[in-house]
Amino acid sequence: MSTAAPATPTWQRVTQHRLFWPVVALVALFVANTIANPGFLSLRLQDGHLFGALINLLRGGSPLLLIALGMTLVIATRGIDLSVGAVVAISGAVALSFIASSSDPSSVTTVLVAIGIALALSLVLGVWNGFLVSVVGIQPIIATLVLMTAGRGVAMLITGGQITTVNSAPFKTLGSGFWLGLPVAVFVAGGVFALVAFLTRRTALGMLIESVGINPEASRLAGVKSRSIIWTVYAVCGLFAGLGGLIISSNVMAADANNAGLFIELDAILAVVIGGTSLSGGKFSLAGTLVGVLIIQTLTVTVTMLGISPSVTPLFKAIVVIAVCLAQSPKIRDAVAARRRRAARTSQAAEVAA
Amino acid sequence: MSTPVPEGRPVVEMSGISIEFPGVKALDGVDLTLRPGEIHALMGENGAGKSTMIKALTGVYSIDSGTIVVDGSPHTFSGPGAAQQAGVSTVYQEVNLCENLSVAENIMLGHEPRRGGAINWRATRRRAGEMLARLNLDIDPASSLASHSLAIQQLVAICRALVIDCKVLILDEPTSSLDADEVAQLFEVMRRLKDDGVAILFVSHFLEQVYAISDRMTVLRNGRLVGEYRTDELPRLELVSKMIGASLDELSELEQTTERIAHDRSGEEPFIQAVGLGRKGSIQPFDLDIYPGEVVGLAGLLGSGRTEMARLLAGADRADSGQTTVSGRLARLRTPRAAMQRNIAFSSEHRKAEGVVGDLTIRENIVLGLQADRGWARRMPRRQVDEIVEKYMTALSIRPNNPDALLRNLSGGNQQKVLLARWLATAPELLILDEPTRGIDVGAKAEIQKLVAQLASQGMSVLFISAELDEVLRLSHRIAVMRDRVKVAEITNSDDVTVENVVELIASGGTDS
Repeated sequence: MSTAAPATPTWQRVTQHRLFWPVVALVALFVANTIANPGFLSLRLQDGHLFGALINLLRGGSPLLLIALGMTLVIATRGIDLSVGAVVAISGAVALSFIASSSDPSSVTTVLVAIGIALALSLVLGVWNGFLVSVVGIQPIIATLVLMTAGRGVAMLITGGQITTVNSAPFKTLGSGFWLGLPVAVFVAGGVFALVAFLTRRTALGMLIESVGINPEASRLAGVKSRSIIWTVYAVCGLFAGLGGLIISSNVMAADANNAGLFIELDAILAVVIGGTSLSGGKFSLAGTLVGVLIIQTLTVTVTMLGISPSVTPLFKAIVVIAVCLAQSPKIRDAVAARRRRAARTSQAAEVAA
Repeated sequence: MSTPVPEGRPVVEMSGISIEFPGVKALDGVDLTLRPGEIHALMGENGAGKSTMIKALTGVYSIDSGTIVVDGSPHTFSGPGAAQQAGVSTVYQEVNLCENLSVAENIMLGHEPRRGGAINWRATRRRAGEMLARLNLDIDPASSLASHSLAIQQLVAICRALVIDCKVLILDEPTSSLDADEVAQLFEVMRRLKDDGVAILFVSHFLEQVYAISDRMTVLRNGRLVGEYRTDELPRLELVSKMIGASLDELSELEQTTERIAHDRSGEEPFIQAVGLGRKGSIQPFDLDIYPGEVVGLAGLLGSGRTEMARLLAGADRADSGQTTVSGRLARLRTPRAAMQRNIAFSSEHRKAEGVVGDLTIRENIVLGLQADRGWARRMPRRQVDEIVEKYMTALSIRPNNPDALLRNLSGGNQQKVLLARWLATAPELLILDEPTRGIDVGAKAEIQKLVAQLASQGMSVLFISAELDEVLRLSHRIAVMRDRVKVAEITNSDDVTVENVVELIASGGTDS
């Protein structure tokens, strides 16, 4: 009996990777789309900008990616943030109201100030959530529920109950503009993704967040500043939601207090879970979240493309999500692995007997 | 042994049991036989396969080969539920109960008497009360479980195991958090069950207890069977050498390595000096000095304030009176981090809840303290991490020797060593160890004791807390005695001080000394 484990074949390493099934689901969706619409994967260059279904997919998914990134960090600390949808609405409302009331809506300065104010307010809202959770000690789901329900009201107050619309070319750039052939929103989301990846994996922040999520008391006794870490992730989550809200409102150039970012918190949580980060906190995967966002966004596109009525979209999403979660569940994986092991043993025994 | 060792038809016969985990052969052809009305001790070091054996019997793990015969018929239990149906009940080392439910609900969970489909709560409480009475436990079945001490919770867990009509009761380290009286109470219950014909499989690291209660023992080592012996025919020393598979030189060596010369400290500056330090509802104000290179032991019963004192000195709880001086300077130890910055490290008694970060690797767990101290922005260079991890894994012989193993997969003793490594890596000047040897085997215990003595001889101050008085006596230069959350006495250790002296102090409270 040799003790050395046999080298795992590459294909097995690939199939056992946490992201194997989510990626398979994504590829399957792409294939389905290409069959339904052969032009799905094609890109064309027009006026120096890339166009195509894939580009729309990336641009449409940018706000969700931003929000899901913040959500990933919050969930890693055993928390959850239900208020991101409301923050999206507030952020858009503030920015557009400021631009609309300014004397020169098309000036770059006005737009930058508007963005600054919206982001600062989003950060403050995140800090508020973090305060309730880390200092006051309210359960995250309750603490953020407060802002989830109140936030839309705040947005209504800001917009005066109207759907605020503006005409401002610089602001429109954020959601619909192009740079180096790609949508600006993709650069924003990609930049934030890279920044978060750098901060969590190149510094010790990621490990400390995971440690707090797995065992808060042990981490505190080990000298980890649990409170400030938890506080920070909620603040960051609020900030990213605000940024997402700016892109969403820039896309339609309107601030709708009731419908902007409606249920986006649930999509973000789904994306995080599909990406393999457990809701019970601890280990998190940013790449997983990215794949989760792409799956959800592709689903939305697929429904439209296949001509399915948008009213059944949630059902469609649910089926894919359940399939991916089942494929990832440790129980089902163990069962499959055990079956495979047994089969291997029987075939070994057969060889010996032969 | 006063009672005859029971013979007769076995109720459980496990033979040739093998279980393999990826890369590890956890059990290799092990046999175990339990007879009705006997208390059978399962002995072995951490990682010998005791827990795996229990989990094989109770259906938590499926076995790769071998047979399990219960009551004459072969069984393969598909899970703990199936095992319970067949009359095999288990109480695990860590209390697996629901703290937010009442005592009665915990005892009767899943076996509630029903009337017309609904739970009959009155009958539930009454039956729970009967079970408690069987164990001589005088607590209110309607009270919340969280309001009771760990020891009571342990007895409630045993109550729960007895609810089904069990033929085999498995007790995995039931005594590790009980004090002497509670252990006596538990033993009484065990003897009564034994007289009723229940076969009890008992796992404990306390050799005293094993010899006091068991009829037979099965010894495992490294997943293999060493043998089955009658307790009265196996001398203690022989048992230990069978368990560790080596001569006893190392154990006797320990006795000599610990020098307890308490030299004159006048004129020296203590590393830490607490004056009137206290916290309402937790511990009465106390004074305590610890000098560099000194081991101060804390003796006292469970709940006497030992842990509370440690927590104040470690900044885990905030003091509301008194002050602390560290190296001659006033220090406010308001958080664990503040204490760490004064080079004070604290290893909690609750390994699972307050120590291990189970889903992180050994490597991450070891460097967690150091990294937290540096802050998140300054990640330790990988090479430095590897050096530290390598150094402590070798020095403390942590198994498995793989820094990427997840901590939750390690045995209790090895988890404890990883925690020690975490604290040693921060190069503390005062190391506070609260029950560092609880629930771990003889070999690891000896290693940890040796380490403490060695660290002190290199100039580290140690505050050592243990429920085992002989351990405290063996290691400490000075001993502070606690009772009812008051520090009642402080004695300088010498060869004349015996366990009896200390017990007397605990009992009399030092009022006449």
